[in-house]
Amino acid sequence: MGTFFSTPRLSLGRKMLQINWGLILIVTATAAIGLAMLYSAANGSWNPWAGRQLIRFGVGLAVLIVIALVDIRFWWRYAFLIYGALLCLLVAVEVFGSVGMGAQRWINLGVIRLQPSELMKVGLVLALARYFHGLSTEDVGRIPYLIVPLILVALPTALVLKQPDLGTALFLIMIAGAIFFVAGVKLWKFVVVLGAAGAAVPIVWSTLRSYQQKRILTFLDPESDPLGAGYHILQSKIALGSGGMFGKGFMQGSQSHLNFLPEKQTDFIFTVLAEELGMAGGLALLGLYVLMMIYGFAIGLRARTHFGRLVALGITSMVFFYVFINIAMVMGLIPVVGVPLPLISYGGTAMLTLMIGIGFLINVYVHRDVTISRTGGGA
Amino acid sequence: MYRDATRFKRFTRRVALLGGGKFVLLSLLAGRMYQLQVIESDKYKTLAEENRINLRLLPPPRGRILDRFGRPVAINQENYRVTLVAEQVSNVEDLLDSLSGILSLSDHERQRILREVRRRRDFVPITVRENLEWGDVSRIEVNAPDLPGLSIEVGQSRKYPYASDFAHVLGYVSAVSENDVTGDPLLELPGFKIGKNGVERVFDLSLRGKAGNSQVEVNAMGRVIRELSRQEGQPGDDIKLTIDRDLQKLAADRLKQEESAAAVVMDVHNGDVLVLSSVPGFDPNRFVTGLSSRSWRELLNDPRTPLINKAASGLYAPGSTFKMAVALAALEAGIVDQDHEVFCSGHTLLGNTKFHCWEKHGHGWQDMLDAHQNSCDVYFYDIATRVGVDRIAAMANKLGLGRKTGIALPGEKNGTIPTRAWKKAALGSSWQLGETLITGIGQGFVLTTPLQLAVMTSRLANGGFAVTPRLVRPQLDDGRSADPKFKPVGISDRALDIIREGMTRVTNVQRGTAYSARISDKGMEMAGKTGTAQVRRISKAERETRVLKNHERPWKERDHALFVGYAPTKNPRYAAAVVVEHGGGGSKVAAPIARDLLRATQMRDPSGSDAVPNDEFLPSKSEEA
Repeated sequence: MGTFFSTPRLSLGRKMLQINWGLILIVTATAAIGLAMLYSAANGSWNPWAGRQLIRFGVGLAVLIVIALVDIRFWWRYAFLIYGALLCLLVAVEVFGSVGMGAQRWINLGVIRLQPSELMKVGLVLALARYFHGLSTEDVGRIPYLIVPLILVALPTALVLKQPDLGTALFLIMIAGAIFFVAGVKLWKFVVVLGAAGAAVPIVWSTLRSYQQKRILTFLDPESDPLGAGYHILQSKIALGSGGMFGKGFMQGSQSHLNFLPEKQTDFIFTVLAEELGMAGGLALLGLYVLMMIYGFAIGLRARTHFGRLVALGITSMVFFYVFINIAMVMGLIPVVGVPLPLISYGGTAMLTLMIGIGFLINVYVHRDVTISRTGGGA
Repeated sequence: MYRDATRFKRFTRRVALLGGGKFVLLSLLAGRMYQLQVIESDKYKTLAEENRINLRLLPPPRGRILDRFGRPVAINQENYRVTLVAEQVSNVEDLLDSLSGILSLSDHERQRILREVRRRRDFVPITVRENLEWGDVSRIEVNAPDLPGLSIEVGQSRKYPYASDFAHVLGYVSAVSENDVTGDPLLELPGFKIGKNGVERVFDLSLRGKAGNSQVEVNAMGRVIRELSRQEGQPGDDIKLTIDRDLQKLAADRLKQEESAAAVVMDVHNGDVLVLSSVPGFDPNRFVTGLSSRSWRELLNDPRTPLINKAASGLYAPGSTFKMAVALAALEAGIVDQDHEVFCSGHTLLGNTKFHCWEKHGHGWQDMLDAHQNSCDVYFYDIATRVGVDRIAAMANKLGLGRKTGIALPGEKNGTIPTRAWKKAALGSSWQLGETLITGIGQGFVLTTPLQLAVMTSRLANGGFAVTPRLVRPQLDDGRSADPKFKPVGISDRALDIIREGMTRVTNVQRGTAYSARISDKGMEMAGKTGTAQVRRISKAERETRVLKNHERPWKERDHALFVGYAPTKNPRYAAAVVVEHGGGGSKVAAPIARDLLRATQMRDPSGSDAVPNDEFLPSKSEEA
């Protein structure tokens, strides 16, 4: 064991001191805003959402700290294993989840119901970071070396698409794209892939479920069908717009309290916030996320292992995509694809996924001076 | 060793690019936020309010209609309806089954309810049945625990406590039809009713009032969350009629002894209509709740025309009641005087045509007063020929005949007072002398309404002032009602005195045609004139054998009986006109009715005070409704 790691382990106490408490403060503040919004969405009640979300945050915080303190080399070592385990869970959802459940996204582990596709976002980051960590700069430029990571992306994406969960599938591809990008894959390859994807649009279009097609179509002109498919987006825009600069006041949002907003506790929670706290509130929350991402970038740039750098950037990108897709969606910039707002939206797995992700980010920070050789040896 | 430095350099470059890209995208979000929440905020604020707020109209209570003493004759009654809220019911079919045990629900009703349940949102109350009897209401209330989702609601509906007695004066309210829609949002309220006839129609706008409104907050499903503001409407104004409720009821009861009749009693000085009755009537309450098409057809096809207000819209040949106009025309033209005498042999000859007097044995020598007293037709043939039809028509018009009186009732008729020009225009042929004779006894082309006859009688009685009838007294600013000043129509007092003397004789001289219908109470004596209007031509052959008596003929072919009168004979105050369709002779049928009405009116003297008079004298005491 000892020969495997070149740098000595830090003691638990020292690691605790190394934990990036500033980042945890930002995460907690964000979650607190989320709890307040869930409390408001339930018309001023801890039931049914805010109370449970608080417990989940507590559990998530514990998980975060545990993940942060485990030696980064352990994660490096078992990255593929974790990825493989999550892949198995996705298959299990496909197999067992199909019995007795309409939507095949959940797997019931008795105590909690897991959504493996969410956890897979972190699993994919770990696996790709591990893979690119082992490639030299020259190898990254060679096409054959890209086959393995592409398969790593394709397997979970295909399984998630089959559920079908288009949003998460695209999410996985985007996270992978970010890691490929910072890992140094040549830009022209991205151009080729994007071009091919564009060409594939008509084919993919024909395989989409009609509700998915309809969502994209009404996205283009939601007001054409204000009582039907475009209703959600229109009502969301009305809520946002009527909030104005400083909002209608906490718990005063007419759109959310009179149920004009769809899924206000999950995907449209940002609308509740922007209606009640206005653009000021929206920008403040956006600011917290930006701070979170700045921490992510800084940690990535500060890390000495390539694995750590890629994990940090992958997690930061994950946070970014969550935030961007969700907010762009409720503001009518992109189709409603069903992506939660991290730490704010009600939902156990999404919360856990993000806390795990931040856990890895802090882990990279704690172990910023640890080095791992390309093949596994310490530098 | 691998060259980590180069890898880190490229990594750093890429991170910078990625960070830059993300920053641009997040700026895009902030920009969009600015667009929605600052630039377009007003638009979305309006939309949010529109989402949130529903404006509901509150129908104002309709004004009541009162009689001249302020006693209500059209009121708003609480109306109970049972409603169903589908979301509180587990199975609507089962509920309707249990309800059938209490109310009998027809299949048709059942279908309608189920259809509405499907169409409306779950929380919208659906009317199961309206206008519940009190018994049904209490049975439902008692069984309420077994009927979840059902509730009794109280609304207001129009009620006419005197039913048919006031039907033609009041009219009725009924559902708004497409033609009635004027833009008043009240008219678009489901279940709103407007005046469709009578006073209800003419004064509809005053009675209706102004709608209030209530702003309510609704959620996305349309459920009302709370009321934000409420502006009470303005209740409709009460309308005070000139009608005396007790007299009106008395008249209706009296007329109901005949098949089909109309009567008017009015104040000769100010035009207050105290009685305006047409029999048979209809029950206006049935129009409020909705009349079945079968009942409607029955009313429409009834030969006694219950839907028509015969007092203002029924046209009748005035018969001998027209003779005062003929006599006045002759006196005022200076062609004859009081002493002009005519010999009546029972008929007069014009060329080869015989014109009969109703007394086929003849009246002998008749002067003007005799001719009134005996209603001698031959005398009036003579003076009508002398004065000519156009001057008769001019006098009739002065007395208010042949044109609408302007009373506040829909459907009032003009009637016809023929002239040479009128016949040329209407029929295209020239006037025949024989027609002047017929006009002289109020037959032929002459058509008047009972109301016009009452106006004529009033003008004769009040000294020739152009009184017009009114159902509602105009209110002065201080709340007191104003009496109009009527202009003289231009008839000399001397001539009027002669006519009034003739009319007095009719009922107060033993041989007068209506002596049996006199009022013998001191100071209440009645003056009048009988009339009998033929509704068919008596053929020559029939006259040579035997003219059938009225009661021997089918109802439709019997003569109309008329009487006009005023009382008291000295300083007259009230005038009456009575028409009994196919009633036979005016003296036997119509005069007693007029007598009863004028006697009761004088006893009460409703014009005398604003307090409700003692009603001891009324033949049948009216029960209070």
